[in-house]
Amino acid sequence: MAGTKVQSEVPKTRQRPIVRLGVLLISHSLLVSVLCCTAGVLALLLLPVLAKNTYISENALMPGSASSMLSNQEVSEANKLIKDITSLYSKPSTAAIESRRLIAQYMSNLGAEVNYHKFHPQPNEFHPLHFFSSPDAGMIQENFSCASYGVNTVGVIRAPRGDGKEAIVLMTPYNSVNGDLQEALPLGIAYSVFSLLTQVTWLAKDIIWLVADSQYGEYAAVAAWLRDYHTPVFSDLSSLNTELCHDSSYILDLKENSNLERKISYEFRRSGTMAAALVLKVAYRNEVEDTLSIFAEASNGQMPNLDLINIVNYLAVHRQGYRVKVEKVWSLLNSKWLKILGEIFESLGKFVKSLNPDWKFGIPVAEYIEGTATLASSLYYQAIGVPTGPHGAFRDYQVDAITLEISPRVSFNNKDRRNDFLLQGGRLIEGVIRSVNNLLEKFHQSFFLYLLTSPSKFVSVGVYMIAFALLVAPLPVVAASLYAETHNLIPTSEKEKSAADDELGSVIRSWKWLNSAKRVFIVHLWGAMVSLFPYFISQIPNCTPTTNFHVWFLLSVFSLVILKWILGSPFSQLCGLQPQEEWAILKSVTISSFFIGLCLMSVINFATAEIGALLMVPTSLMAHPLKLDVRGGRFLRFSRAICNLVLGVISFPPATFFILKGMFEGYSGINAGDFWNWVESLWAWNSATYLYIGMVHLPCWILCVHVLLHPC
Amino acid sequence: MAQTLKLNLLLNLVLLLLFQLSYGTLVFGSVFVQEEEFSEELLLKPLPDRKVLSHFHFESRAPPSNTHGRHHHLFPKAISQLVTKLRIKEMELSFTQGRWRYEQWGGFDPISSNNAKPPGVELWAVFDVPQSLVDAYWKNLTHTLSGLFCASVNFLESSTAYSAPEWAFRPASGNLRYGALPREAVCTENLTPWLKLLPCRDKSGLSALMDRPSVYRGFYHSQRLHLISTESDSDGVDSGIVLEQTLTVVLQPSGWKKGKSYAGKTNMQPNWSISSIFGRKVSGKCILAKSSNVYLQLDKGLVCELKDLQKENAEYGANNSASEHSFELSVNPDKVYEEMDNLHGKSTSVMYEYSVDKYSDSQPFDLGLKWKIPVVWLNQQAPLHASRFLMGSGNERGAIAISLRSTDLSEGSGSTNAINEGCELQVDIFQVVPWYIKVYFHTLQVYVNQQRRAMADVVKKIHVSPSKDKLSPGVMEMILKLPCGVQSAALTIEFDKGFLHIDEYPPDANQGFDIPSAVVSFPNSDASMHFSQDDSLKKSPLLSKFQERSRVLSYTEVLLVPLTTPDFSMPYNVLTITCTVFALYFGSLLNVLRKRAGEEERLLKASKKTGRLSQLLSKLISKLRRRPQEPLPSSPAPSSFVSHKVIFKILVVACIAVAWQYYF
Repeated sequence: MAGTKVQSEVPKTRQRPIVRLGVLLISHSLLVSVLCCTAGVLALLLLPVLAKNTYISENALMPGSASSMLSNQEVSEANKLIKDITSLYSKPSTAAIESRRLIAQYMSNLGAEVNYHKFHPQPNEFHPLHFFSSPDAGMIQENFSCASYGVNTVGVIRAPRGDGKEAIVLMTPYNSVNGDLQEALPLGIAYSVFSLLTQVTWLAKDIIWLVADSQYGEYAAVAAWLRDYHTPVFSDLSSLNTELCHDSSYILDLKENSNLERKISYEFRRSGTMAAALVLKVAYRNEVEDTLSIFAEASNGQMPNLDLINIVNYLAVHRQGYRVKVEKVWSLLNSKWLKILGEIFESLGKFVKSLNPDWKFGIPVAEYIEGTATLASSLYYQAIGVPTGPHGAFRDYQVDAITLEISPRVSFNNKDRRNDFLLQGGRLIEGVIRSVNNLLEKFHQSFFLYLLTSPSKFVSVGVYMIAFALLVAPLPVVAASLYAETHNLIPTSEKEKSAADDELGSVIRSWKWLNSAKRVFIVHLWGAMVSLFPYFISQIPNCTPTTNFHVWFLLSVFSLVILKWILGSPFSQLCGLQPQEEWAILKSVTISSFFIGLCLMSVINFATAEIGALLMVPTSLMAHPLKLDVRGGRFLRFSRAICNLVLGVISFPPATFFILKGMFEGYSGINAGDFWNWVESLWAWNSATYLYIGMVHLPCWILCVHVLLHPC
Repeated sequence: MAQTLKLNLLLNLVLLLLFQLSYGTLVFGSVFVQEEEFSEELLLKPLPDRKVLSHFHFESRAPPSNTHGRHHHLFPKAISQLVTKLRIKEMELSFTQGRWRYEQWGGFDPISSNNAKPPGVELWAVFDVPQSLVDAYWKNLTHTLSGLFCASVNFLESSTAYSAPEWAFRPASGNLRYGALPREAVCTENLTPWLKLLPCRDKSGLSALMDRPSVYRGFYHSQRLHLISTESDSDGVDSGIVLEQTLTVVLQPSGWKKGKSYAGKTNMQPNWSISSIFGRKVSGKCILAKSSNVYLQLDKGLVCELKDLQKENAEYGANNSASEHSFELSVNPDKVYEEMDNLHGKSTSVMYEYSVDKYSDSQPFDLGLKWKIPVVWLNQQAPLHASRFLMGSGNERGAIAISLRSTDLSEGSGSTNAINEGCELQVDIFQVVPWYIKVYFHTLQVYVNQQRRAMADVVKKIHVSPSKDKLSPGVMEMILKLPCGVQSAALTIEFDKGFLHIDEYPPDANQGFDIPSAVVSFPNSDASMHFSQDDSLKKSPLLSKFQERSRVLSYTEVLLVPLTTPDFSMPYNVLTITCTVFALYFGSLLNVLRKRAGEEERLLKASKKTGRLSQLLSKLISKLRRRPQEPLPSSPAPSSFVSHKVIFKILVVACIAVAWQYYF
């Protein structure tokens, strides 16, 4: 409306087409926002259809081009190792030390350089000042107790003719305290590969086999080893502590006096820059087929290069006959609406195909549902920003890593079956290592920003950006239109005339958004305070998560009230704004600050921004004072009020959490503490999502609620 | 008849001549080198990790050209020309593949100090020219060598690739240049030209053993060329050129299967013979060689271990029988040398000498070693084991750490060191860092025995030449004085990663960039060996080389630094944009040139008269553009103005084009 008015009134000052287009969009902001939002959601739902098949982008990788060299000989030796380790479990008191010694002995007999790496597990704590800092030695706490330390066993094969500039890491978590056969099997697979690799001539990169002591968690062990690999401490502090703690392991050292065993020491052995890392696990889950699950998400939604997943997928499917899986949201598989949507897409695809057989669009319903479930889980795990396995520790050092979890079809007690299992797993690992070994450069060819819709299908950044861009696009438009409406957008010529009358009034009017901006700023400040509270709350001893949550909630409300009381603005009355104007300007500023926040977040963690936009964009766009709507009494307005209420509830972070949890896991076992635990996991892992929730999402929600309850 | 007589006579004459010649060398050879001579030797040595070290050593000597002329019989012409042309005093070029494993293969003996080289190519040379000319001669040398050895040594020509160490690499004058190419791949195309320098090539003699597949199957392979010339020395002593070619290979004897069962736990060393490791046998010497010997060296640690074993089995009383009972040699040695330790006066390592002279095609020489009892030993180590690694991650900054760790494992020499409290261990470190690794020398931190020390306490002398962007690499030379009983020491220096211009990236930029090996040497430790029988040793260049005093030297690992790399598809995008700009530019230029203002006006006038349709069209357009219909220009007056304008425009465009051409 405004735009057309401008054109009719001022025909002489012709504006540039781009400005005219902007004015047009702003004048039709309602239509634009409705269109964009629906298109955005639709684009998101279309992603499984638009997903492309993965391909190996880097030609040097050449997966599967060489036939596997792993033979039954290596497997039988690995079997012997498994048998030796499982026989140690009968004496649980010494099992930890003995099994470690045994593994080291086996490694050393292969001709590898072996060392133990002692570490003290660090509890995950909230360091408000270290939030984004990379793991560094300064963060290490000095007061660890001698009783709790883990020992990793590391074996290094030096490439026979290589120059040792690069290394490939193979990691098997192993709990030496309460192990069972399932713990020993990854060791068996890794050992068979390791023993093969000591003999091959084609190695160009060193191989590091890390047996991580997972009694304090897999991640902690790997992270400690990586920290010592990349940022070792030379000064005495840490070493003094290890010296003090040395007594307990002294018995172990005494035993190792033979000439060969002397080589196994606590001295840290390194190799060059890490090219890639594989984490190998075995789980028994009653599968119908031999399955391989791939976990790839690292902290803050970082993914390894797609090529690494591709070669694993290629070798597992086409060479070893595994069924490859990535994580899915299982409950989505049975949902009715997805099925209907899939059917629509399928019929649409058929229709398109009937028009032109070359156009390929649409996938079968089952595939669509699977794709959506995988996509949802991919989005979720990227969004929470918590690594899905020990591979996350590698990503912190820019090393591409994935976790492979093999679950066999039948139990391991059958000996022949176990041999086959070891051979199959070993050949897969061998193939992947050989492929990475071929690589001259670091992984850079393929995608780093992608979402998986199946192990062999992906959506690249160029495609999934569209959904987000469409969702976010109405925000500035609506903000501008709101601002223009309150301003009445007086044409410049007339404005100059009126400025002569009351100059002060127009100046104040043109700066009236400043007041709302101040209010928005205060709320954001409050958001920052709210996200700092957990640090203090977690210092309170002996608290259940539920009480913590309640304390947090009360503190937040209390602080909000106090802030409003202290900084609540008497200014709005001063500049003579009508309340009608006021809420509109407040909404406009809120929306624009939310837009900025979302755009920033999409750079840091795209998935978080996407989910946040899905939740918060409709809420913030719809927000309208309830009083006005109710007063009007018309059906449309009433329904808007109801919509607003529903959206306002849904987009409140704890409410969102509980609703989603209830939807996917059932409402039975939900208590308030769950949210605290979830948030705790976020800040413990230094997830940027936590910051987003505290400093973008929550303030925006508060402001929207404020608009809803505006007294006008 | 007459003919046979003549022949006989001739033969006699030749024999006489030969005899005289050999007599001449016998008489004068020991005093002063008069003739060109060539000798070939091979050293074999079992290593503790079930491998065998074979070290070929060829030495050619040429007498000074001012007394003997420029013609050579044996000495390679290419080298002598190189030496005379480029006025080289001393030079060493090495091609290496794989790493020398100091921990397993030893770090104290002459071989590891002189022949263990960093991966890739290493070249250093001392020139006998004024300081100002050294760089030019170095550039010539790199080009000559790259042609001679089929290698990209010429990349060392650029001033960013080489450096001029002052004192830490070698105690030399300022005419030394040092460069290394860690990424150079070494293969047979480098070996073939190297073999061409030998008088017999690889057709006969010991070099015939060099079966390419078995040589390159090894775990370490280093071919080295070292030459010393006194040709252009200003001093009176002039001994000509000495060319020393060595090939050091570490091989795995076949027949020993790796990955033996854990339960067996046998430390049995593999049995090997020359034919089993090389796949060939020695069928006689190279006829042109003055001496041709094969040595078998048993390391100090091994001999000690064998003696201990001997003591355990007390029933064998004899002195020397230890070795005879623990292993068996297929051929009896011609001579046995025992190394004399200066400090203790007791014999340590043992060297068996075999002369190849008496063997021929029909009766080839094949030395074999058969172990009878399992034996495990450790090779002698350098005082400190040096390793270097990168710290930090990310594309922004990092740190280089050099860690020195004591090799004594709480026994043996550790106790002897503890006796002299006041003694100090001197360590020289020489480190070259490419310019794009911007090292901050002020961040140098020194830790001794895990405690941070002030620089002045430990570093006795330091020389730093900071890198200049795109001009010269950063060089750091330092002398550390550490207490003798030091357990560990570490040096860290922080650096920032620089940005390169797009055309400075190598083709495989995403692999990362190499920092060449640092050189860590121990000037106080003497790597040389001393043998008891001194008289016959002078004949063997290899053994006399071993007896030369040399310091213990070790190289650290090559480091790989990932730098930020641009998206290399960017140039294509730029190209596309540039092409678009060009198209626009040429299009508008053509438009301007083609347009004739007068003609247009005339056409317009004509249309005004006749074309009703066009008038309507222009009206419509003006309406669409929301602009009042402009009165059509009627007067011819501005035509000249327009033409001026056009000329001006053309001039401007032409100027831009010229500027574009000139600057880009």
